[in-house]
Amino acid sequence: MIRYDILKEIVPILKDRLVVCNIGSPSQELYQLFDQPSNFYMLGTMGLCSSIGLGLAQVQDQTVIAIDGDGSVLTNLATLSTIANNPADNFILLIIDNGSYGSTGDQPTYAGMATSLTEVALACGCKNVVECSAKETSTELAKAISSEQMTIIISKCQPGNVDVSVIDEDPVYIANRFSNCIKELRS
Amino acid sequence: MPTKTDKAIVDSLVRNEIGYITSVPCKQLAGVIELVEANESIFHIPSNKEDEGMGLCAGAYLGGTRSAIIMQNTALGVAINSLVTLIQFYHIPLPMLISYRGEVGEKVACQVEMAIHTKPLLKQLNIPYYHFYNSDQVATLDGILQHSQMCKKPVAILTDASFWSSAS
Repeated sequence: MIRYDILKEIVPILKDRLVVCNIGSPSQELYQLFDQPSNFYMLGTMGLCSSIGLGLAQVQDQTVIAIDGDGSVLTNLATLSTIANNPADNFILLIIDNGSYGSTGDQPTYAGMATSLTEVALACGCKNVVECSAKETSTELAKAISSEQMTIIISKCQPGNVDVSVIDEDPVYIANRFSNCIKELRS
Repeated sequence: MPTKTDKAIVDSLVRNEIGYITSVPCKQLAGVIELVEANESIFHIPSNKEDEGMGLCAGAYLGGTRSAIIMQNTALGVAINSLVTLIQFYHIPLPMLISYRGEVGEKVACQVEMAIHTKPLLKQLNIPYYHFYNSDQVATLDGILQHSQMCKKPVAILTDASFWSSAS
C-alpha cells in the first residue's frame, strides 16, 4: 500500500473532520480523493503541518487530524517535543511514513533508514504513540479519535505517488473556507 | 522582575484580543514572556524555532484566535520561507514582537551582523516594521496591532537596546 491507498481508506473517517494536510503529493492526492471545506491544504512551507494542526487544536474543541509525512516531520523534528509538552487531547498527528520524499522524486528519507520516528516521538515525551502498518491505519485512526487522547500514529507504507494535478485553489479561499467551517462548528 | 513597559506591552496584547502567543526567548524580552506566561487570557506556547512558531500561530488564527510571536531579529533568516509561503500567502495577520539585537548599545558583536540585515530583509519582504527606541513608543502598539489585523499581514515591532534601557 502507498499513501494514496491509505488516504482512500481513511476518507470516511475524515468526513466532516478538521484536517490539516501536508504540502505536495499528500494534499494533492487528498484534494482529488475527497475535497471538503474542513480540509486545509498546505500549498507550501515544508515541515509545518504538525505545528499548524497543534495550534488549531489548542484554540478550539473539535478534533484536528494533521496528515503529515516522515520527510516533513524530519524537517521540523523539534515539533514532537512541542507536541509532547503541550498535549491537546483533540489532536491527532498521523505521520504517513513511506521512508521517502514523495513530492520531490522519492529520494529516501532517514526515517526509512536508521531513524525511527516512533522512538523519536517517545523520546520527546509523547504519550499514545502508535506505529502501525498501512492497512491498520484506518482502524488506528478511528481508535485514536474515540479515545479522546492526543495520539501520534506512525503509519508505515510503501513509497510512491499517484499522478494528480497541483491544487489550483487560491490560498486565501482555502483559508477562509476552512476558518468559516470552524466558526460554523463553534456556533 | 517585569517592568512597567513589559506590563504596558502585555496589556496592549490583551486589549487587542491576542489570545495565542508563541515565543523563542531573548533576555530583553524575558519580562514580557514572564507576564505572557502568567496571563490567563493568553495561551502561551514556547517554540523551539521561529518557523515552527509561525506554524502554531497560523493554526491558532485559522481556528479563530488572534496570535502573535515573540522572537529575536536574528531568527528572521530562519523564518523567511514560513513568512512568505504561509503567513503572507494565506493572509494571516501576525504581529512579531522582536528583540532588535545588534543595535546601538549591543555588547555581542555577532548580533550586529544580523542587525545590519534586519530592516533590508523586512523591506524586501514587504513587511511593515516599527522601530521602538524609546519606551514611550509603547503607546503606539495598540494601533500597530489593529493595523496587522485590519490588513491581515505580518508586522514587525523592533525593540532595540535603547528602548529596553529606557524602560521603567
